Amino acid sequence: MSKKQPKQIIPKKTPMPEQPPTERIRNYDEVPYGYTPEQAMAEAKRCLGCARPLCVDDCPVNINIPAFLKLVAEGDFRGAINIIKETNALPAVSGRVCPQEEQCEGKCVLSKRFESVAIGRLERFAADWEAAQGSLPIPELPPPTGKKVAVVGSGPAGVTVAADLVKKGHHVTIFEALHEPGGVLVYGIPEFRLPKAIVRREVEYVCRLGVKLVKDFVVGAAETVDELLEKYDAVFLGTGAGLPWFLNISGENLNGVYSANEYLTRANLMRAYRFPEYDTPIVRGKRVATIGGGNVAMDSARTALRLGAEESIIFYRRSHEEMPARAEEIHHAEQEGVRFELLTSPVAFHGDSNGWVKEIECLRNQLGEPDASGRRRPVPIEDSNFRIPVDVVVLAIGQSPNPLIPKTTPDLKTGKDGVVIVDDETMKTSKKGVFAGGDVATGGATVILAMGQGKKAAKAIDEYLKTGQW
Amino acid sequence: MTDETMIMPSSEDRHSKDPLEPGPVIVLARETLAPNLQLLTVRAPIVASKIQPGQFVIVRADEYGERIPLTVADWDREKGSVSCVFMQVGTSTYKLGKLKAGDVLPTFVGPLGKPLELDRWGTVVVAGGCYGIGSIYPVARALKEKGNRVISLIEGRSKFLLYWLDRLESASDRVLVATRDRSIGKSVDGPNAVKDLIDSGERIDRVIAIGCTFMMYLMAQATRPSAIKTIVSLNPIMIDGTGMCGACRVSVAGETKFACVDGPDFDGHQVDWDLLLSRRKAYLRSETHSGEQ
Repeated sequence: MSKKQPKQIIPKKTPMPEQPPTERIRNYDEVPYGYTPEQAMAEAKRCLGCARPLCVDDCPVNINIPAFLKLVAEGDFRGAINIIKETNALPAVSGRVCPQEEQCEGKCVLSKRFESVAIGRLERFAADWEAAQGSLPIPELPPPTGKKVAVVGSGPAGVTVAADLVKKGHHVTIFEALHEPGGVLVYGIPEFRLPKAIVRREVEYVCRLGVKLVKDFVVGAAETVDELLEKYDAVFLGTGAGLPWFLNISGENLNGVYSANEYLTRANLMRAYRFPEYDTPIVRGKRVATIGGGNVAMDSARTALRLGAEESIIFYRRSHEEMPARAEEIHHAEQEGVRFELLTSPVAFHGDSNGWVKEIECLRNQLGEPDASGRRRPVPIEDSNFRIPVDVVVLAIGQSPNPLIPKTTPDLKTGKDGVVIVDDETMKTSKKGVFAGGDVATGGATVILAMGQGKKAAKAIDEYLKTGQW
Repeated sequence: MTDETMIMPSSEDRHSKDPLEPGPVIVLARETLAPNLQLLTVRAPIVASKIQPGQFVIVRADEYGERIPLTVADWDREKGSVSCVFMQVGTSTYKLGKLKAGDVLPTFVGPLGKPLELDRWGTVVVAGGCYGIGSIYPVARALKEKGNRVISLIEGRSKFLLYWLDRLESASDRVLVATRDRSIGKSVDGPNAVKDLIDSGERIDRVIAIGCTFMMYLMAQATRPSAIKTIVSLNPIMIDGTGMCGACRVSVAGETKFACVDGPDFDGHQVDWDLLLSRRKAYLRSETHSGEQ
């Protein structure tokens, strides 16, 4: 046997082909085009094939990353996607929206001295390759068990649970409050980051597996959880974190001040970017201020540009380093010309005589000691107030679970900010027969974590349906 | 239809029919009650089985449509039908006004909002204007069932803009009518009629007003001096109707509330009316633009 040649290291990721910033801010199309097969194979070959791959440990759904990378490198894309799908039901979604730098790519050995392998882009490549091959075959399904499960919410957690349970032969119905399934993937994440066609494809697939989808149905209003339990053997709550936070400062109810939920829902779900073809309007500001430093803030600020803003400014209370958004989102926002007012906190919004916002008043901060989140706390500098003229403000400062279900389900225990309390392993809530996962149980985390919790819940629900043991 | 229209492939039926599958929202009837005022009756068995006075639904007229809230004017739990009265003011209500029996609405979701608080208070004035004449009908009926003396009070610019007098008569002890041109009734509007009632020595224990924002504002002003509890059904702009967007935020007793989940009914004496009136006008220009298309 010949001695293995030491692998030549290519220090940088294969660049992602993408729409140039000046062009893309004038359309709503997806920014990165995706790798070609040649680019994907070249990128996958950068993997060192570690004996003990750390990337897998930090993946919330533990995808066998080295195995799928090896198959991509060999050009066996079918084999690669099959490996990914063993543990991840929505790879086209997670390949686009996962914070890879904090997960798999952050642990990649290469990242210590060079750029990590572009795992996310390769996951996306494999999923898109599969979609391009035409509609997926339906796997052989076991005979119906006769057990019924109600899944509340059609976001990433709910869809994952539904897919896993229907494959076990259970009858699954997803209840969605809005008129289009997908949860945050359709109302929150913009088209230019996650095309709706991808979400539609995934939901259609679970429906083809036999999952029933009931849209325009608000659990907690049309039917309580207790009423669902009379008709279904188990209930999964995947209702997300839909309650927007406000700053509680003066002028917040002026016209032109939006919660990010409202701004993005108008633009995405209601397609206000195509007004008047679609009926829902949105205020197209010349100068749009977005408050916050997470992905939702980046999405809002970039949406504003696409709606014609001449200036889109992000106000964030800490520094660049503490911004919680994915690195790629911050990078894309910067490329597109979003301006960052860092170490800045709004203290008031000022309006004109017609009740429209016209100025934002802020304080400058300096960084103090780290707080509970481990990030350095912003400390306001006295008398540093200043005002900037704006005509739209978007508040992207966080959200918590919608209280509608807890309020109508007295024995469902909730914790801080109304988060539904669950067992970490089984996702069981305090109420027999009711499971929960995703943002409703975390308070607001990532799509992939929601999917990971959905997987755990599906396993525990199947167990519960078989044994009746709580 | 566009490529974005969601069409779910029918799954092969491996399992029995879902117990909560509501089926399509079929328009059963649409009629003109008065100029610009329309009555829409649809098949919506789940809404019909659960709805309470004071609650509302969110409707989308077609796949391009806005989500708009409508208060409910009547329902039939047996037949599974729900009726709403709406005024044709913008693109969405114009589209709703074009519907014919047999058409299918893409979205008709509810019941949303809290039910109106109902109790035996004594004499209750239930005031309605515009679409609210329809909305007060189930309220009057429910209050009567609770044992109240119900005075229904309806207003309009002229006699020909009023409707459902017969229904209200069946659900009330007394029906008062006010018209701006005095074509029928003695008072010019609802708030003045209430003032006249108070001045005549009528004991009123509570007022409930449903209608345009300005009418509810005037009603709250009319009852403020005598401190008669006045409940108003607020109608700000909404999108989801489940507390997700905050578009419908109103200020009540100095606190921000979401009308969709904390309301829609609030104490009229505590509402910040200037804010509500201003926020309702936020998209006037867009509405006009959209309507012209």
